[in-house]
Amino acid sequence: MSADAKAETITINVDGVDREVPKGANLIDAIEQLGEEIPHYCYHPKLSVVGNCRMCLVELGMPMRDRATGEPVLDDDGVQKIGWMPKPGIACSTTVAPGMHIKTKSQVVKDCRNGVMEFLLLNHPLDCPICDQAGECRLQEFATDYGRGYSRYTEAKNVKPKRTRIGPRIMLDDERCILCSRCIRFSKEIANDDVLGFIDRGSYSTLTTYPGKQLENNYSLNTVDICPVGALTSTDFRFKMRVWFLKAVPSICTESSVGANTEVWSREGKIYRITPRRNDAVNDTWMTDSGRALYKQVEADNRLRAYQVDGKASSFDAAIAAAIAQMKQGKTAVVASARASLEEQFLLSQMVEATAAVRVDMVSHYGDGDHLLLSEDRTPNLRGALLTGLINDLPDARLDGLGKAIDAGEVDTLFVVHEDLAAAGLTDAQIAKVKVIYAGIEENSSSANAKVSFPLLTVFEKEGSFVNQNFRVQKFHNAIPAPRGVVYDLHLLETLRAHMVGESPTRPTVPAVWELMAQKITCLHGLDFRGLGDLGVGVDAGRFASLPFVESKNLKHDPEKRSKLGVEAGATA
Amino acid sequence: MAIKEHRLIFKNIDVEGYTNDIACYEKNGGYADLKKAIGMKPEEICSEVMDSGVRGRGGAGFPAGMKWKFLDRKSGKPIYLVCNADESEPGTFKDRQIIHKDPHQLIEGMMIAAYAIQAKLAFIYIRGEFFEGARILERAIEEAREKGYLGDDILGSGYSCDILIHRGAGAYICGEETGLIESLEGKRPYPRIKPPYFPAALGLYQCPTIVNNVETLCDVKHVVNMGGKAFSEIGTPGNTGTRIWCVSGHVQKPGYYEFPCAALTLGELIYDVCGGLLPGRSLKAVIPGGSSSKVLRADERFTGKLKDGSEFDWGIEDIPMDFDSLMAAGSMSGSGGVIVMDDTTDMVEALANINSFYAHESCGQCTPCREGVQWMKKVTGRMSRGEARMEDVELLRSIAGQIEGRTICAFGEAASWPVQSFLAKFNDEFVAKAKQQAERNAGSEAPQALETTLI
Repeated sequence: MSADAKAETITINVDGVDREVPKGANLIDAIEQLGEEIPHYCYHPKLSVVGNCRMCLVELGMPMRDRATGEPVLDDDGVQKIGWMPKPGIACSTTVAPGMHIKTKSQVVKDCRNGVMEFLLLNHPLDCPICDQAGECRLQEFATDYGRGYSRYTEAKNVKPKRTRIGPRIMLDDERCILCSRCIRFSKEIANDDVLGFIDRGSYSTLTTYPGKQLENNYSLNTVDICPVGALTSTDFRFKMRVWFLKAVPSICTESSVGANTEVWSREGKIYRITPRRNDAVNDTWMTDSGRALYKQVEADNRLRAYQVDGKASSFDAAIAAAIAQMKQGKTAVVASARASLEEQFLLSQMVEATAAVRVDMVSHYGDGDHLLLSEDRTPNLRGALLTGLINDLPDARLDGLGKAIDAGEVDTLFVVHEDLAAAGLTDAQIAKVKVIYAGIEENSSSANAKVSFPLLTVFEKEGSFVNQNFRVQKFHNAIPAPRGVVYDLHLLETLRAHMVGESPTRPTVPAVWELMAQKITCLHGLDFRGLGDLGVGVDAGRFASLPFVESKNLKHDPEKRSKLGVEAGATA
Repeated sequence: MAIKEHRLIFKNIDVEGYTNDIACYEKNGGYADLKKAIGMKPEEICSEVMDSGVRGRGGAGFPAGMKWKFLDRKSGKPIYLVCNADESEPGTFKDRQIIHKDPHQLIEGMMIAAYAIQAKLAFIYIRGEFFEGARILERAIEEAREKGYLGDDILGSGYSCDILIHRGAGAYICGEETGLIESLEGKRPYPRIKPPYFPAALGLYQCPTIVNNVETLCDVKHVVNMGGKAFSEIGTPGNTGTRIWCVSGHVQKPGYYEFPCAALTLGELIYDVCGGLLPGRSLKAVIPGGSSSKVLRADERFTGKLKDGSEFDWGIEDIPMDFDSLMAAGSMSGSGGVIVMDDTTDMVEALANINSFYAHESCGQCTPCREGVQWMKKVTGRMSRGEARMEDVELLRSIAGQIEGRTICAFGEAASWPVQSFLAKFNDEFVAKAKQQAERNAGSEAPQALETTLI
């Protein structure tokens, strides 16, 4: 990224070759950026350094200088001598320094890794055939690199608790635990819920929870992700699927406006789990437990699965025809949604134009934030609705304005995206007074009273982008196929728009919609869908930056800083 | 006794009629040195300690003055002094005598040290098993506080510092200074990684901290008393002051004996001071500095060059008892725990005993020590049960090599050095035992090397 490119670099010597690395970087991270790896278990870039696994031992040296004069000490060839440390050092607690020399492939380093691997496997149960971690297990990976292939240990292995439910979503197998303490540090430092710890000592050290407490915070499943072995497993995913059968697709969490970057793991059209994807500008390497459960909406009982006209299943074409006939009678109002993607909101705004809608409303979904990765705004794309011009101000929790308009007879037809009209404050009488055309994922009071219902897709079944709390545009990809017979949301919106103005509809792709958007929306000038990259792009919020958004300070969001930046950027733009 | 003891620290210990209360201590000139110290500038005391060359008595032998010099005084954070009274090294029993029989000497030494480094607060971390010692110290501190030797405005100097006693819960690792600091903070005593956590900069509560052994702090009192230069004249250059040798094992008169450094040889200590071995026995081995130091074999020749360039050629009895000579002989003076073993000792059993200790005491933080030490215990345990395999000797050597130098703290060395030195010096004994047992067990159900697949 641009910020990284500008970062100052220094030269270190890795295995005899001078390499450029960012100044002040951790040695493990620096080597990783060079495309190589120093094996490690306990080190995690987002947690404190404890140096307990000893897997990352390397040989370290600095160019020698005379203590008294400070002059470089030269060898016979006039090259500065390297003062190698007498003992190997851990890379994880080493910050790169100019001129630093490291050996990662020497015999000493190999011996160190072989030794640590052998020790780690002594009391490890080697139950890989029944272990969920198999296939993504650091112990397996490094055992193939540095393991002996056979065991010199003939004694009985330690016996520890094999299956302890330490929280509603977590199962602990202490025999597999290699005591790296990542989960303990995570709970303490990130989740701020210090419930994990070791009891007993030496080889009998055992991970457990504080007596009477459980690991039940909304971030508990991150411990499963960072566990380098299969000691902590998710009860939701446990024994469900081998990870090597799963396909991981980059996606975005729709739980709140944080927009945590995720990976959706599926096989044959079925999602098995969601895990966080690292993005240092958004969610580091974490996400909420509640966000991981959202894939369940794909197969939820209340999922709207078929096109309906007057409550009866119909074909897509018949539903379109019925909707167009209704909307052409005029006095159409639109209830848009902050759950729709940026592209959908853009096409919806085109449809609003085409139908000459009398008003566009939107409903806010606010809750308590946890100041970490669950923000107060429980929709993923409120800012998208602002950028596309669907709305100009922050939405209210209730559709009172729309209700009054219906009472006044200004609205005959209501095109509703996702929202539940009754829950948003419309009375039964008001709903009965208008003809509802509903497009959404779930069945609700809107679909129950709808003249026409269009099933929409979940975030996993389509691609697109969301604009998060920091006006960062982030894209998500299609992880699983849409339910049979259901068209893409973009296709639906384009078809409606085209029929309204008497054009023949195209089948819009996301990149094609982006070409249009980039022309029409100032802050997206010069951007395209592909160019968003895996980590997204921050855009200039312009005049919206100073709106009183509800998000309070959380992991990567500071309202004060944001609005200041935005105001300045808006002023210069 | 051919050689006379020179009692400095132990001057009053075991003297008829000497009690551990403050009245007795003051009668014998106690707290005069604190009064003297308060009249000096703190940096003067530090430079006296530097001049004295006194080296840490806890095991590592690092110069105390140097340690104090590393103290980060510019951080603006409070400075702490911690007395390491977690005397747990097998074979060592000197600090206990000071605490039980002359606690005020320690308190005086501590207050001088605290004043010298301008500590805000001082702690005594005492091992859990010394419950009587903790009680004695509590009382002594109370007495000293009443007399104004510690607490607010010490002796009207305007300097205030108090001492808090903290009892351990019975873990050897709490003697490691960063482990001790963690324990003092109320956590598991997991030693910290160095760098960056050097106590002199980031110690107790991440504040600059000095951790000194009980005997070292007592030495500080004597440095102030006689001046750094006079103190440095005891012993030899680089090995100044006295040392208390705690002799245990197969000698006629085991016990603690205080001598100036290098004042006597190991042979003199065993034969002249401790009355020699039991009748009819001959010397087999000596562990000179607590169980973690490397063993010396009785019929070895120790040759090499000293720091000053002179060559030496010693038998075990000729080794001068000081820091550098024992180091030159390939071992260390450590905490002064001299363990003497005669020809009745089964070295395999002795090592099994030592390994059991370290396996029990490994804190479990880092991998090589946690798993390796336990494994070594299991192998030597098997050897002492008669279930050795031929390859076990090599296996032990290899495990020890995989631990040494790869751990967070010095426990890795403490646990692997005995194994390495026992195997290096008594290899034949180990091989013979393994062979004998392996042959006897051949064809029986005894454990054989199993080739298990990895995954």
